[in-house]
Amino acid sequence: MLSSQKINLAKVAAKAFASPLSVRTFASSAAVARNFNIELHKDSFESYKCEVPSLEVSVSKDDLLHMYKSMVVMRRMEMASDGLYKAKLIRGFCHLCTGQEAVAVGMETALTAQDNIITAYRCHGFTYMRGGSITSILAELLGRRAGISGGNGIVGAQVPLGAGIAFAQKYLGQKAATFSLYGDGASNQGQVFEAYNMAKLWDLPAVFVCENNRYGMGTAANRSSANTSYFKRGDYIPGLKVNGMDVVAVRQAVAYAKEWAVSGKGPLLLEMETYRYGGHSMSDPGTTYRTREEIQHMRSNNDPITGLKQRIFELDAATEDELKAIDKAARAEVDQATEEAKASPEPDVSQLFTQIYQKSAGVPFLRGREPEETHYY
Amino acid sequence: MTFALSSSRLATTLGLASRNLLQQRAPIKHLHTSLKTHYAASDSPPPAEGFLPGVANSKFIKGTHHDALRNPELAGVANGETKKMNTFQAVNDAMSIALATDDTACVFGEDVAFGGVFRCTMGLAEMFGRDRVFNTPLSEQAIAGFGIGMASMGSTAIAEIQFADYIFPAFDQLVNEAAKYRYRSGGEFNVGGLCIRTPCGAVGHGGHYHSQSPEAYFAHTPGLKVVIPRGPIQAKGLLLASIRDRNPVIFMEPKILYRAAVEMVPVGDYELPLGKAEILTHGKDLTVVGWGSQLYVLENAIQIAQQKMPGLSVELIDLRSILPWDVETVCNSVNKTGRLLIAHEAPKTQGMAAEIASTVMERCFLRLEAPIQRVTSYDTPFPLVFEKFHVPDMIRCAEGIERVMKF
Repeated sequence: MLSSQKINLAKVAAKAFASPLSVRTFASSAAVARNFNIELHKDSFESYKCEVPSLEVSVSKDDLLHMYKSMVVMRRMEMASDGLYKAKLIRGFCHLCTGQEAVAVGMETALTAQDNIITAYRCHGFTYMRGGSITSILAELLGRRAGISGGNGIVGAQVPLGAGIAFAQKYLGQKAATFSLYGDGASNQGQVFEAYNMAKLWDLPAVFVCENNRYGMGTAANRSSANTSYFKRGDYIPGLKVNGMDVVAVRQAVAYAKEWAVSGKGPLLLEMETYRYGGHSMSDPGTTYRTREEIQHMRSNNDPITGLKQRIFELDAATEDELKAIDKAARAEVDQATEEAKASPEPDVSQLFTQIYQKSAGVPFLRGREPEETHYY
Repeated sequence: MTFALSSSRLATTLGLASRNLLQQRAPIKHLHTSLKTHYAASDSPPPAEGFLPGVANSKFIKGTHHDALRNPELAGVANGETKKMNTFQAVNDAMSIALATDDTACVFGEDVAFGGVFRCTMGLAEMFGRDRVFNTPLSEQAIAGFGIGMASMGSTAIAEIQFADYIFPAFDQLVNEAAKYRYRSGGEFNVGGLCIRTPCGAVGHGGHYHSQSPEAYFAHTPGLKVVIPRGPIQAKGLLLASIRDRNPVIFMEPKILYRAAVEMVPVGDYELPLGKAEILTHGKDLTVVGWGSQLYVLENAIQIAQQKMPGLSVELIDLRSILPWDVETVCNSVNKTGRLLIAHEAPKTQGMAAEIASTVMERCFLRLEAPIQRVTSYDTPFPLVFEKFHVPDMIRCAEGIERVMKF
């Protein structure tokens, strides 16, 4: 019963891609970038106390190819992470976003550098979209000197931070919004609701984005959440459910949310319906609490990359060869970055003691395990 | 009588009273007539309150202009004016200066817009606007998280947790987010603009949830700073330093000193160093370490001990910063005296005294003449009716001094 419900959901979402698109292209000279008008599937959005965004979307070829390339690179990067983890080169905890690429990519294409995104640990894709190089992300995972850093470690803890960041934006008079991401699991943290309340109370330009990948670690959403309509859980905050497997729908919803937030209407909730193909982390096979068939079904019918590819073909925006070239280039790019990251040396051991306090903050030393290991600044 | 006094003051100080009640000075005045005559009358600070013998007569209280400015750490404001302030007024003054000198600074917390339950933020909303001094919901975890987010944007966030006893919902935010922000981003981001103010310590009638001293929990967290002042002059300088320090700081204000301690405080803008202890009395036989309101207890305990042991020379150190704490000053002192007593209001097990004792043992082992004494509260929840038995009062501290001297 349970799993058949899920499959049905998947089918609905899959229809978004399978349904014929009403396509109208502008007559244009070769010099002018062609814009494609896309009509999103009618089930792309569901709203709570607000209007749904327009289903008519205008996208340029560049946008489409950029989104495609970003998702392909992201997936290859996560495959590389997977390989490096299995080769025991990445140690510790590693959470891959394979399957959820459309959320990070769709969001970034609707935002500017002035907008802020804060998320938790499933952050590789967001880091890449925010400008982190592949090498720096993989090097970080490998614990090498070339590593960047990112992400917040405790589920839900980044959500009140997002409210504070949004407050600072409002206080500083910036026309920008903060997007705080969390999962369906973290949505049950009390502090998420504390942040909702503050954001609405002070009408902060805060958008709360629940990436509902249906499982909070190993527990299905309906086993953890009394209300799985995460977009309605803001009560007094309007919400929007979005097909998070369709990158164009995500872009449209995020553009709508940004406009909402910066226009002074206060916070908005977004629920991105998405799916992770892998386990919660590398130590979770991801098949003990869901069936292999369910995963396979999502991969075959609802994949964000396949969906966009299909859309590109239907729009006649690019040829199969063009996309294949992008795939090939992405692979080469990630392969090269992997080698660069692996070649990066481990950080100097003195790094252990740096960036704990501000330099010259009057902290003369920090102790090691024994008196002689004490690090003096 | 005692009960009536306690419950009335409880209602007042704990903010259970309505705003109107807080503004009604009459009943409080009535109850404190005797205390008021005891403490120096003044037009500015309200009458001293709270059960803490000796504060008004303490040698560490700087009651005159010249006395206050003799401190070399106040050289920057030595030519300026001083004003009679109690601790809450000094804290208020520090925040007022912080807001006036830093446009990004905001003050927020439960009830702070109308002055705060301890009056620390009185007048700030009127002076700086309600967009800079504002009330939050009763959401400690989100207050901390909100402040961290704000500070991560480079702003200065001065957050109040109404009682240190209520800081625990914010523990995750402070330990896992604030303390690690700089480290985990390799220095790319930081939340140095965050300062959490919170009233701590025994107050005579606070019971389980308005009396605790949770400094040791946070002292266990690299990345945080923890500061506890002993009176108005210190509170102002240390708070300004804490707000401006580009590391997250937890600033714990012994709530009994809000009204009990009154000093001539420099009106100018000054900071006192974090991470530096202050030697209050120099001595050669015994080192005594304390912080906050416990210092006045220790001052009395030392006097009692000196009556029993004439000529006893004690070096009393105000630790001021709990993290990072001034190992050099303490160890140099112990190397000189060979004996150490540490007193604090928090329970004994895993209290800050354990850390100090352990470090001193590592560094001064061959100089120690006696086991290090820890005089602390008992390992029980902070009790209401047993408070006076629970806290390390002057008698217990004096006994501790005798024990360490006669070993």
